[in-house]
Amino acid sequence: MNIIEVEHFSLSYSDGTEGLRDITMGIPANQITVMLGPAGGGKSTLMRAINRLNDLADVISMNGRITVDGLDVNDPKTNLVELRRKVGMVFARPVPLPLSIRQNITYGLEVAGVTDKTILAEVVEKTLRDAVLWDEVYDRLNDPGVALSGGQQQRLCIARTLALDPKVILLDEPTSGLDPISTAKIEDSLQMLKQRYTIVLAPHSVQQASRTADFAAFFLQGELIETADGKDLFTRPKDKRTQDYVEGRFG
Amino acid sequence: MIQQRTTSESKRLTQKIGFSLLGMVAALTVLPIIAVVSYMIQQGAPAITGEFITGFPSDGMRSGGILPAILGTLYLTLGTAVFSVPLGIGAAIYLAEYAPENRWTRAIRIAITNLAGIPSVVYGLFGLGIFVLFLKLGTSILAASLTLSIMTLPVIISTSEEALRAVPNSFRVVSTSLGATRWQTIKRIILPQSLPGILTGIILGLERAAGETAPILFTGAAFFLPRLPGSPMDATMALPYHLFVISTQVPGMPIKIQYGTALVLLFFVLIMNIIASVIRSRARAKRMW
Ligand SMILES: Nc1ncnc2c1ncn2[C@@H]1O[C@H](COP(=O)(O)OP(=O)(O)O)[C@@H](O)[C@H]1O
Ligand SMILES: [Mg+2]
Repeated sequence: MNIIEVEHFSLSYSDGTEGLRDITMGIPANQITVMLGPAGGGKSTLMRAINRLNDLADVISMNGRITVDGLDVNDPKTNLVELRRKVGMVFARPVPLPLSIRQNITYGLEVAGVTDKTILAEVVEKTLRDAVLWDEVYDRLNDPGVALSGGQQQRLCIARTLALDPKVILLDEPTSGLDPISTAKIEDSLQMLKQRYTIVLAPHSVQQASRTADFAAFFLQGELIETADGKDLFTRPKDKRTQDYVEGRFG
Repeated sequence: MIQQRTTSESKRLTQKIGFSLLGMVAALTVLPIIAVVSYMIQQGAPAITGEFITGFPSDGMRSGGILPAILGTLYLTLGTAVFSVPLGIGAAIYLAEYAPENRWTRAIRIAITNLAGIPSVVYGLFGLGIFVLFLKLGTSILAASLTLSIMTLPVIISTSEEALRAVPNSFRVVSTSLGATRWQTIKRIILPQSLPGILTGIILGLERAAGETAPILFTGAAFFLPRLPGSPMDATMALPYHLFVISTQVPGMPIKIQYGTALVLLFFVLIMNIIASVIRSRARAKRMW
């Protein structure tokens, strides 16, 4: 069952760059969908199109359709705040908000109007446990988020995304700046999280892609070259360009 | 090897000479400031007494105190803040967070920069025409505050806009991705982070307003008033104008009264400066990025 459908979707930036060209793909629920490909392929652009974060970028035109849970994200009637709660995002560089660890997690709920202290405290503990960070920070929740190490910051960012109980979590190269141990922790937590959430991951390497993928899509210069279930994209690529990439001949 | 060492050593020497020269230049520029201040203290300090601060002028302003001028400047500064702070921050938020980058906003920005460079006497004439005569506010604290506000606004707007823009854009992206509206992002993240910069701009702007004579000359300043202003519709004495008056318009003025008045004005501005730098350094220590 696909939770997200992308249909003939194209997007151009105002400087004339065609970020995406006629992309059609489905994203299956409760699996890890990996979007891989060299830089400039359009992975980040597609992620930001799904939660309409591209509204903050210089986009000049969009065509086609993207639906999340049947909801057309580009419909003028779509409530963007609700959409973004439904589709959480974790970025390449962890950016803790200039708040405490606790406030970083409760931020999304607080802007949504949740004020109940017990609920907020429960969410803080639960999401920090889910992001495998609780044991490291439970005794200093009032410290600023930036006081954490890079790997911890990124897990904090994952936890704060989980706090909104989204349907989908987009992770755009979440481990690109992290050491192997932090990376492994995050990959482990993704395996757990996919039981409850749909995960879309732009990996930072082909190795990470093949380790994590339940479903994979290869992007090259704004085009979707091919998609495949499981590890097929890595073991039996159909397109020559995919093969070259997964075998490390470019990118 | 040896050749290399000597070049690097001679480079270091040049650098040392350069630094000492720069240090001397810096000292040279500070010197006149120190000279002016110490001269003023030397000349004015004898005038500073309890009576001087809390009393009314007497004997054709040749003795007594300057309380009406001190309070007048305080009122004018507060009045200016009432109008220029909310308007200035509002305009800065609009320009930094909402306005699209187009010809229209570029024009607004150029206008603001140029407004900051207009001589203050021009603001005074403008205030006379608009507030005193056209809006019939008369020469009053209100008219003078409005005039000073218009003069102060460009400073507040541009420093506040700069402070807002200095907040990393990634915070806006993250906050939006967590379901915050633009206004929630501004209120909860952007404004608290830029507040020190904004406050600094406000104080710099108000400081200038407090020290100006020309804008209040035709709009609200009184040569001499036997009592304190009772409402914003009254005219008022003010420190800079009083200083001008006793320095040029009153024959036989004791010199220490002039310098005493100047010293009080200097002190007023200094306090505002100190507040600004305390706010800045506190905020820098607390900053979370
Ligand atoms: N904000 C932007 N403004 C203009 N062009 C952009 C922007 N973001 C991305 N692009 C361009 O769109 C193309 C796709 O980029 P991106 O989606 O970042 O690819 P990927 O994430 O696969 O590296 C690139 O050519 C990139 O230069
Ligand atoms: Mg990218």
